[in-house]
Amino acid sequence: MNKKLKKRIFKVSGTSFCALVYAFLFLPIVVIVTNSFNATTTKPYQTWKGFTFDWYVRLFDGSNASLLDSFKNTIIIAVTSTLLATVIGTLAAVGMYRYTFRGKSVIDGMLYIPVVIPEIVIGIALLTIFALVNVPRGMLTLILSHVSFSIPFVIFNVRARLAGYDNSIEEASMDLGAGRIGTLLRITLPVLTPGILGGALLAFTLSIDDVIISKFVAGNTYTFPLKVWDSIKSGVSPAVNALSTLILIGTIVFVVLTQSNLLKSEKRKSFKKKRKAR
Amino acid sequence: MEKHSRHQFRSNTLPALGTVGPVGIVLLGLVAVPLIYVGVMSFCSLDQYGNYIYQFTFDNYKNLLNPSYIQIYVQSLLIALATTIICIVLGYPFAYLIARTESKRKNLLYMLVIIPFWTNSLIRIYGWRTFLGDTGWLNSLLRGFGIIDAPIEFMYTRGATILGMVYCLFPFMILPLYSAIEKLDKNLLEASADLGAKGRKTLLNITIPLTKGGIFSGSIMVFIPCLGYFFVSDILGGGNSDVIGNLIQRQFQKANNWPLGAAISIILILITLVLVKAYQKAGGDMDSLGV
Repeated sequence: MNKKLKKRIFKVSGTSFCALVYAFLFLPIVVIVTNSFNATTTKPYQTWKGFTFDWYVRLFDGSNASLLDSFKNTIIIAVTSTLLATVIGTLAAVGMYRYTFRGKSVIDGMLYIPVVIPEIVIGIALLTIFALVNVPRGMLTLILSHVSFSIPFVIFNVRARLAGYDNSIEEASMDLGAGRIGTLLRITLPVLTPGILGGALLAFTLSIDDVIISKFVAGNTYTFPLKVWDSIKSGVSPAVNALSTLILIGTIVFVVLTQSNLLKSEKRKSFKKKRKAR
Repeated sequence: MEKHSRHQFRSNTLPALGTVGPVGIVLLGLVAVPLIYVGVMSFCSLDQYGNYIYQFTFDNYKNLLNPSYIQIYVQSLLIALATTIICIVLGYPFAYLIARTESKRKNLLYMLVIIPFWTNSLIRIYGWRTFLGDTGWLNSLLRGFGIIDAPIEFMYTRGATILGMVYCLFPFMILPLYSAIEKLDKNLLEASADLGAKGRKTLLNITIPLTKGGIFSGSIMVFIPCLGYFFVSDILGGGNSDVIGNLIQRQFQKANNWPLGAAISIILILITLVLVKAYQKAGGDMDSLGV
């Protein structure tokens, strides 16, 4: 067999292998989106009874109020816990980078616990401690729990950014008369922004999808994943699929917009560089 | 001397407390203390009404040796092992191909791995049930073509649980592999080829040894969660392929025997510690587990 043909076969089989893996990853998504248009009204809503937009309409006509409520809770929890985790995590990353103090290595070690220990252990640990100090389970305990498991991810992201950080620009800023706060706002934060945003995005994603930890600390409060969990035994209503489809579209639009903005600004930069080179 | 220490306090201790203090409180109150309390709980007894009381006992740990539990530990470890191996076997060539592609759409190919995970994981697992069930898409299709007469029972098997686990945890294998393979120096591969090494030899002697960090951290991030993901075995395994997470969940939400659930959790913590220690011994970097 000649070399060219061999290379060609290798390439084609590689491409088809990748295509199969993508098909595996997207298959449930196809099922979800398809079923959101399923006209069936009998549980468990799995047989195809024709095409309809009804479930999208029914999402907003009041018949799915509890589903929308649970989604609202999920957003409130995700936004609040992301904000808290981002502020606390960023402060901690900067403080741990800059100052030496006793117990630093202890804090550093503890950060890895929520990352490696199975979520279910974190979930029951939080449940038992909330029961011990008698905090009623609900929005407050959900937010506290989500803050605790997302903080390490914020810290790791900001820390990765700090690793390539040049301390001397801060010194320069102080020498030039900017105060500590001024330096923080004008120098440190702008440099760290990509790390902070990356950490915040990860915290938000973890929060809206969390089911394991939430299941133990939610009490009678429902988040969107918990609502889904409850309906799984009897069959997930296509209304849930419709809401998931809308969420997915929303996320893709959001990411495409931010990505294309990034791409545009990078293209502009490289264009400027090219012009300079001339 | 006093002036010096006051200066030290203002320039180091105070800002350190202000910045790291809040995270210290969160880690202490919501991570360390709760986990220690789980340890305490695992030695507690139940009173006649089924409430836990602070009376020291070893019974919970003795109960862990119940043969039906041991069967689930073994099954759980086997499911985690199979999941990890499948993720490596599928994930390595896949990550290699997208990390080394010369296509302009490399970023898009990478994003396409992550996009499915923006949909709630429960619904995606349920999507697999819709696809594989007795009256599901696959069986209907096969029957429609007359390939089979009776539906094949894909659901509620160990295989279905492993499929769900692979599905949920695949990106945690891909991401570290991708970054390890991308960092690989292209010159080394070319040098190896120039010196006459065949493709397979380069793969075994250069590529895999240099990216083993990615394989290790991916394996940790797949294997450990697998032991706890009770919702996957619940939805796809239907009680036939429980993992350790199912045992714990049942004690806390159905049987209401918190001390026993706590003791099972301690086992899970110990397994995690042993695996993480082994990972560090093998030269694994803790920071590559987080992102």
